[in-house]
Amino acid sequence: MSVTLRINPIACTGHGMCAELLPEVIELDRWGYPVVVSPAIPRPLLDHARRAVQACPRLALLVEDRAGKHR
Amino acid sequence: MPVPAITAGTARRVPRLLAGLGHPPGLAGHEHAYGPLRAPSRRPGRLIDVVEVSGLTGRGGAGYPAGRKMRAVAAAPGRKTVVANGAEGEPASGKDRLLLTRLPHLVLDGIALAAQAVGADEAYLCVHGTDGALLGQLDRAVAEREAAGLDPVPVQVTGIPDRYVSSEQSSIVQYLNGGPGKPTFSPPRPHERGVHGQPTLVHNVETLAHLALIARRGGHWFRGAGLPSAPGTMLVTVSGAVRRPGVYEIEMGTTAGEVITLAGGPAVRLQALLTGGYFGTWLPAETAWPAPLTHAGLRAVGGSLGAGIVVAWPAGACPLAETARVVRYMAEESAGQCGPCRFGLPALADALAALAFSGGREGAIDGIAELLPLVERRGACRHPDGVAQLVRSLFTAFPADAHWHQWQGACGGVRRPPLLPLPGDEERDWDWG
Amino acid sequence: MNIDLHGPGLWYATRATGLVTLLLLTVSVLLGLLTAGRFARASWPRFLSQGLHRNVSLLVLAFLALHVTTTVADTYTSIPLTAAFIPFAAAYKAAWLSLGAVALDLLLALVATSLIRNRLGHRAWRRVHWLAFACWPVAVAHGVGIGTDRSTAWVLALSLGCVLAVLAATAWRLVAAARLGRVQ
Repeated sequence: MSVTLRINPIACTGHGMCAELLPEVIELDRWGYPVVVSPAIPRPLLDHARRAVQACPRLALLVEDRAGKHR
Repeated sequence: MPVPAITAGTARRVPRLLAGLGHPPGLAGHEHAYGPLRAPSRRPGRLIDVVEVSGLTGRGGAGYPAGRKMRAVAAAPGRKTVVANGAEGEPASGKDRLLLTRLPHLVLDGIALAAQAVGADEAYLCVHGTDGALLGQLDRAVAEREAAGLDPVPVQVTGIPDRYVSSEQSSIVQYLNGGPGKPTFSPPRPHERGVHGQPTLVHNVETLAHLALIARRGGHWFRGAGLPSAPGTMLVTVSGAVRRPGVYEIEMGTTAGEVITLAGGPAVRLQALLTGGYFGTWLPAETAWPAPLTHAGLRAVGGSLGAGIVVAWPAGACPLAETARVVRYMAEESAGQCGPCRFGLPALADALAALAFSGGREGAIDGIAELLPLVERRGACRHPDGVAQLVRSLFTAFPADAHWHQWQGACGGVRRPPLLPLPGDEERDWDWG
Repeated sequence: MNIDLHGPGLWYATRATGLVTLLLLTVSVLLGLLTAGRFARASWPRFLSQGLHRNVSLLVLAFLALHVTTTVADTYTSIPLTAAFIPFAAAYKAAWLSLGAVALDLLLALVATSLIRNRLGHRAWRRVHWLAFACWPVAVAHGVGIGTDRSTAWVLALSLGCVLAVLAATAWRLVAAARLGRVQ
C-alpha cells in the first residue's frame, strides 16, 4: 500500500516543523513554506511521517493512501 | 465587451446557441427561436444518457465531460444542488455575459433541466454582485418563468464577489455556504459535498445553454457539428487587433486563423495570439493560426483553450510588458490563503516588471524560471498554476524578446498604451463577501 | 508501612508536589509560547519546544495527581476528592482551594482536547487551548493564596520568578507575532 504526503496549503502557515521532522521528503522554500520533494513515502520513513503529521501546529500535513483516506 | 456578431461561417450548422439573438427578448421570443421545452415526461436519467451521447464538455475552461459530472451528482445520495456559474472572472471573456443578457432563458432552461436530471431541489445562478443591472434583468427573467409555471426548482439569482478567484467553483460553493468567496481545499469536491453539504453540480452557463438545446434536439444532433473528439459548437470571445472583436459561435475544431477571419481579420500584422485568457497561453502567430480550437488541439501546440478566449496580438506591442501587468493583477487577485501564491505571485510580478521595464540584468530570466516551480501546484486552487502557465508560454513564444529585454533593456513597445483589459481598482469590488 | 496520616508529613508532600506542579506548569506554558512564536536555534529545533511542551504537560498531570492524592489523604484537613474538581466542595480555605479545582478542570480540558486534536480539527482545538492563559494564572493564584507558604521567602521568590518568566515570554511571543505579520 503506497502512502503519499499532501499539504493543505490553506491551513499551512509555514511553521516549518514538518521539514525538521521529515527532512528527507520536505524542504522549505524561500518564504518558509514546505515543498514536498517526493510525495510517495518510503516504508522506513512512515513513522517519521506520521510524527510530522501529529506535530504540525495547524494539522496541515496529511498522510493518505491512494483512496485519499488518512493513514 | 463590444456588440457580438453572429458568425456567418459554416451557416448550415451554426449559429445554434446564438440563433435566438435575432428574436425579441423574453420568454415568447425564446420559445419562438428554439421551440418550447418539452415537459420532462421521461425518467430523469434519460437526459443524462443523452448528454453523454452528445459528448458535451464543460465550457467554463476545464472541458470536463458534462454527462459524467451530472451522473456523479445524480448517483449521490440525499438532496442535491445545481449552481450555474455565470461569474465570468476572465476580463477578456464576454460570452457568459452575452448569454445572460441576451439569451437568459437558454441558460435558465439548462438549469431547470440539470436540476431535474440530478434530482436537485435547489438551484443558484451566480453572477458578479456588482452588476446590479444584470441581477435585475435575471430576476425579471426568473419571474417571467415563474408566472408561466416553468421551473419546478426556483432559481436563486445570486451576486457573488467580483474577485478573479471568486468565480472558481469551490469559491462559489463556500460563498453560498455563508463563507467568503475564496477557494477551499479539496477533497471534498463540490459534486461530493458542496452547498449545504449536499452534492452540487456546478456548470458554466454556456454548458447549460447547450444542455437546453440538446434536450430539444438530441445528443446526435449536437454531434452533427464540430469534431468526433470535440463535438458541438462553442462561444469564443475574440478581441485585440481584429476588425470586429466580439463573441462568435463556432464549431469545435475551427482553427484560430478561421476565427480571426470571422472576426474581420487582423487589423494589423499579428505577432501572436493569447488563447485561454489570462489563465492561458501565448502562441506565436504562425503556430497558432492553423491550430484547431479544441482543448486537445491547442494543447498539441503548447497552448490552452480555457473558456474560449482569443486575443490577437499586434506586432510592435510588447508582450512582456503586458504580461507583467497581467501578473501584477493576478497577484493582487490572490485570495492570499496559501503562502506560495501569496508570496510567489508578487515576487513573479516584480521580476517580470523589472525585466519588462528596466531589463538589462543578467540572470533575470533565470530568476523568473526559478520562481515558477515554487508557485505551481502549491496552492489550494489553480490560480498560481494559471499564472505560471502564462509566464512559461511567454518565454516559449518570445525567447528573442526576452533576451533582448534582459541584455538591452526595455523595448519601444513598452511605451505603447496597454492593450489587455484589466479591471481598475474602482471597478473591482474588493470585498470577499 | 504505616503512613502517618495526621501531622506534617503529608502536608509537606502536598506543598512540595504543589510547588513542583506549578513549576512544571510554568515550564509548559513557556515551552508553549516558544512553540507558537516559532522559536528556533541551530541547537534547538522547533519540534523540541513542541515535544517538550507535550511531555512536560503530561508530567504536570502526574504531579498534580500526587498533589491531589496527598491533599485528600491528609486527615488534618477534611478535603474530599470532589473538591479537586468542584469549586466550594470543601470548607477549608474554600475560595483559594476552589481556584485549584478550576485550574485542574481547565488543565483537563486542555490535555483532553490536545489528545484528540486530530479528530477535533485545528480550529476547535485552538479555541479551547486559549484557556491555558486562564489556567496558569489561576494555578498561581491558588498556590500563593492558599497561604501555607506565604511567609516563606524562597517560595515567594520562586512564584515571582515564574510570573516574570511567563510575562517575558508572552512579551517575546507578541513581538514575534508582529514580526511574522510584517515579514510574512
